[in-house]
Amino acid sequence: MTATVPAGTRADSSGASPVQPGAAGLAVPAQMSLADAVEMGLVAAPGSAGSAGLAGLPVAPGHISITGVSCYYGSHLAVADVSLEVPGRAVTAFIGPSGCGKSTLLRAINRMHEVIPGARSLGSIILDGVDLNGSGVDAVAVRSKVGMVFQKPNPFPAMSIKDNVLAGLIIRGARPRGSAADDLVEQCLRRAHLWDEVKDRLKKAGDSLSGGQQQRLCIARAVAVQPDVVLMDEPCSALDPISTLAIEELMRDLAQDYTVVVVTHNMAQANRISDVTAFFSLAQAGQPGRLVESGPTGDLFSAPKVAATRDYIEGRFG
Amino acid sequence: MSQTTMVRPAGGTASDKIDPAAVLAASRPNLRRRLTNQITLGVVILAVVMTAVPLVSVIWASVERGSARLDVALFTNSMRGVVGQGGGLLHALMGTLLVTGATALIAIPLGLSAAIYLTEYGGTSKLAGLTRRAVDIMVSIPSIVAGLAAYALFSLLFGPGTRSGLAGAAALAMIMIPVVVRSSEEVLRLVPADLREAGLALGAPRWRVIRRIVLPTALPGLTSGAVLGVARIIGETAPLLLVAGFTDAMNYNLAEGRMATLPVFIYTQWSSKGLDTAAYDQRAWAGALVLMAVVVVLQLGARALPTQIAKIRRNR
Repeated sequence: MTATVPAGTRADSSGASPVQPGAAGLAVPAQMSLADAVEMGLVAAPGSAGSAGLAGLPVAPGHISITGVSCYYGSHLAVADVSLEVPGRAVTAFIGPSGCGKSTLLRAINRMHEVIPGARSLGSIILDGVDLNGSGVDAVAVRSKVGMVFQKPNPFPAMSIKDNVLAGLIIRGARPRGSAADDLVEQCLRRAHLWDEVKDRLKKAGDSLSGGQQQRLCIARAVAVQPDVVLMDEPCSALDPISTLAIEELMRDLAQDYTVVVVTHNMAQANRISDVTAFFSLAQAGQPGRLVESGPTGDLFSAPKVAATRDYIEGRFG
Repeated sequence: MSQTTMVRPAGGTASDKIDPAAVLAASRPNLRRRLTNQITLGVVILAVVMTAVPLVSVIWASVERGSARLDVALFTNSMRGVVGQGGGLLHALMGTLLVTGATALIAIPLGLSAAIYLTEYGGTSKLAGLTRRAVDIMVSIPSIVAGLAAYALFSLLFGPGTRSGLAGAAALAMIMIPVVVRSSEEVLRLVPADLREAGLALGAPRWRVIRRIVLPTALPGLTSGAVLGVARIIGETAPLLLVAGFTDAMNYNLAEGRMATLPVFIYTQWSSKGLDTAAYDQRAWAGALVLMAVVVVLQLGARALPTQIAKIRRNR
């Protein structure tokens, strides 16, 4: 693994790439536009990018070490023995055919897997030194540190746009009011690249927006509770190409402050936006999904070590 | 079947171009089919008319015979000391409001809680299955049996023969609870699982997700279900005859003494007439008119509420 982001398709994003230590990423104010952030990243990059990198893991806060994780639905083993390093303040993509367990593993990271009756997961998922999957750890607390964005945009229809952003606080019983609440809403909506489009109609219902806007609202909602990690389960699969582009830009931007893990079926998207890619597969339907290989996205796409990865990337997978 | 054979353009084969006019002509229903269609349509329309006739005639009769007494005195007087003309149903109207309100206060929290258990926690567990079956049976319980049960309960608790508005509310709650459970369960099931997941993923415990996300999302449907439940019990007579009893006078105390209600008022006006029978008949019909108006308002309200709530939310 090398410190620099693989060159090629991602010339525009490499400057903002979060492989430099997290301090640079943390310093970026939330109100910054993408262009500013890229510029800032470019400025920060020469000083830090050379001194640290993926090889020196863990470098950034928000690093996740997945060790020996297996996920079950009842007695059915869906994900078998996955061990994987997810770098902090970077975008990691999970790719693989349907049923390979990538979404299941993603949901195991914030303990959403166990919400399904009969589902459980074994192994350890260590975020900044804490085993999220540990027996004494409260799943509810884990989810406030590890947020999630779903495949289908799911803003709360009974809440206004503003309340949707504040939903994490409202659900927990807080009644955010006044300028502090307004500031948080603006900050999160700017963070989600949505502020300019909705600032005049914050009181409108959350589901009055377009699909792409709804998804960005969901991202604003997720970051409003100040998580360390944002998980995204095929966040663009229900969106048109323009909205997809907006979310992709946003994901790159988010990686400055958060560890982003995204499940995607779109190979080009994984190539465009991620720093690290993990390829999952399964021997055949009904068999458990396994991690085939993972590594820096450029390396994995240009020189996969395993034949199955190459076949899948090149579209030859069965 | 020969009558329905498609007509093809003369001299053409299957692969030839089909003349659209000929196809259209062939697709016109033949006489027998058209006749069957007309007859079926006639029968259905007749059935609709026969269904509507009782409704229209009841409304017509109550308006025609009840409007004679639709005066101010009807809504300002009780029947205390009235033996002939005059008098009113204020005591019964108040009784109905009180008993129905008490019933709603008992039945809505209990029924909603049961529905929340069934949709959010119970799943396919044994207790959930048992609850659903119990609700199914309770829906079809004869109302007079509910009245007897409440009568027995209050006799045990407060002495034999105890009659009160509260006892009436208890009986009506037995009828209303299963209605609320069913409608609420249906509405709660319509809340997308996505929203629950989104709430949980924000780091909230399940009960808070239910409180802040599921219930507000389902609120329009829940309120309309509750209103329909009220409409269902507001005209109940038999259990109230048994346990709430009847009185000519005002009684604002649910916990003590007999309490008149509109359905029982109608019944007693008709069944125990004095010498001036016309006055009693008129009061009975006027009571029927008032009761029907209340039910219609409730029904319309139940239909309008969800859209109104949605509109308020959209415009706030």
